[in-house]
Amino acid sequence: MLRGRAALLLLLVALLVGAAGVGAHAFLDRAEPRVGSTVRTAPADVKLWFTERLEPAFSRVEVVNEAGQRVDRADGAVDPLNPALLRASLVPLSPGLYTVIWRVVSVDTHVTEGDFVFRLAP
Amino acid sequence: MKTMLRVSLLAAVFVAAGTEPAWAHGLAGKRFFPATLVVDDPFVADELSLPTVFHSKLPGTGDTLPRKETDVSGELAKRLTPDLGLSLGGTWKAIDPAGGKSVTGFDNLELSLKYQFFKSEAHETVLSVGVGWDVGGTGGKKVDAESFDTVTPSVFFGKGFGDLPDGLELLRPLALTGAFGWAVPSRVRNQKISSTADGDVEVEREFNPTLFTWGFSLQYGLQYLQSVVRDVGLPRPFNRMIPLVEVALQTPVDGPRARYTTGTVNPGIIWAGRYFQIGVEAVVPVNADAGKNVGVRAQLHFYLDDLFPETLGRPLFGN
Repeated sequence: MLRGRAALLLLLVALLVGAAGVGAHAFLDRAEPRVGSTVRTAPADVKLWFTERLEPAFSRVEVVNEAGQRVDRADGAVDPLNPALLRASLVPLSPGLYTVIWRVVSVDTHVTEGDFVFRLAP
Repeated sequence: MKTMLRVSLLAAVFVAAGTEPAWAHGLAGKRFFPATLVVDDPFVADELSLPTVFHSKLPGTGDTLPRKETDVSGELAKRLTPDLGLSLGGTWKAIDPAGGKSVTGFDNLELSLKYQFFKSEAHETVLSVGVGWDVGGTGGKKVDAESFDTVTPSVFFGKGFGDLPDGLELLRPLALTGAFGWAVPSRVRNQKISSTADGDVEVEREFNPTLFTWGFSLQYGLQYLQSVVRDVGLPRPFNRMIPLVEVALQTPVDGPRARYTTGTVNPGIIWAGRYFQIGVEAVVPVNADAGKNVGVRAQLHFYLDDLFPETLGRPLFGN
């Protein structure tokens, strides 16, 4: 009886795990410049790698300085060769603190958002 | 063409929904709240906890022997609307009393309804109210399932500390969740009539107290640390772990044990993956009334909204 229940449980777990592959919430896996880092050379762009493939039409990123002014070139987009990579190019930056703000939709339509800072040292 | 069609369909879905694309399980702004193992979550979601396994040596009470107990439980939570959820849970128990005969059986079914009435993305805050119903008589008497109902109205909260000031940035991954409930039994006293060896009739009355149930969890999201505060270079699987401690307490408000609080402190860790999470916690009694042995609880928990985003993982209405 107990063995039967265990088999049923295993079958259910297998079905659930087997259903995987559709997509899930996209969380930020890593970024360049790194989250919370201080860099010594002005980056030419920001790159954000996510844990899931993104919907290009509904995923965006922008970068602002301490005064809240945008310093990205408004070309933030999902990389055509890597659907889990969101990138935007930057204007030449001067030393200071910058905030990267992102909001993405994964291919299963789940929304996630976040922000982080990096500092450009003098 | 195929891409255009997909984008159009997505846009149509979002517009038809009238709001936003799906957020679902335990997200408030940048904060991801995992499903905790002991304290009920503040959010509604499409989830399946299966199994949750608990084992401990428990102390005897007035009419029960000290015992080893193993529980295997499951709970299915389903959103009726984006903010209203229903859950159904059951537990199979194996009780091995000291010097007594081992028994097994199901505990009472548990139903609950929860409404999430407030969410602040900026302040990573979630507030909910709910009511739980332990359905008396649905479990086995052998495992001491109550023959009466218990109804527990509760309030729930979740708060992430992402809005702490800059000097405290390493505390931003912290989050606190909690639940406060008032468990009211449908029968104040149980009466047991038995006959003694010399033929006398003996009547035992057992008081069923109303309980104030309260608990909280304090969590530190390593993924939050890595992706919002500072990338400290944590490798997998550590970058998706959430160390936490849960405290679950109950205080009778009437009867002979009024104001004697018992409960457990449950330190542990949750690993949250794409489609499921795994959690393990120690179960430490807070005082002698709650026992003296450390138990263990482990849980496998599935995110149905990620596994089945187009079917089981969506609210029945309104999204």
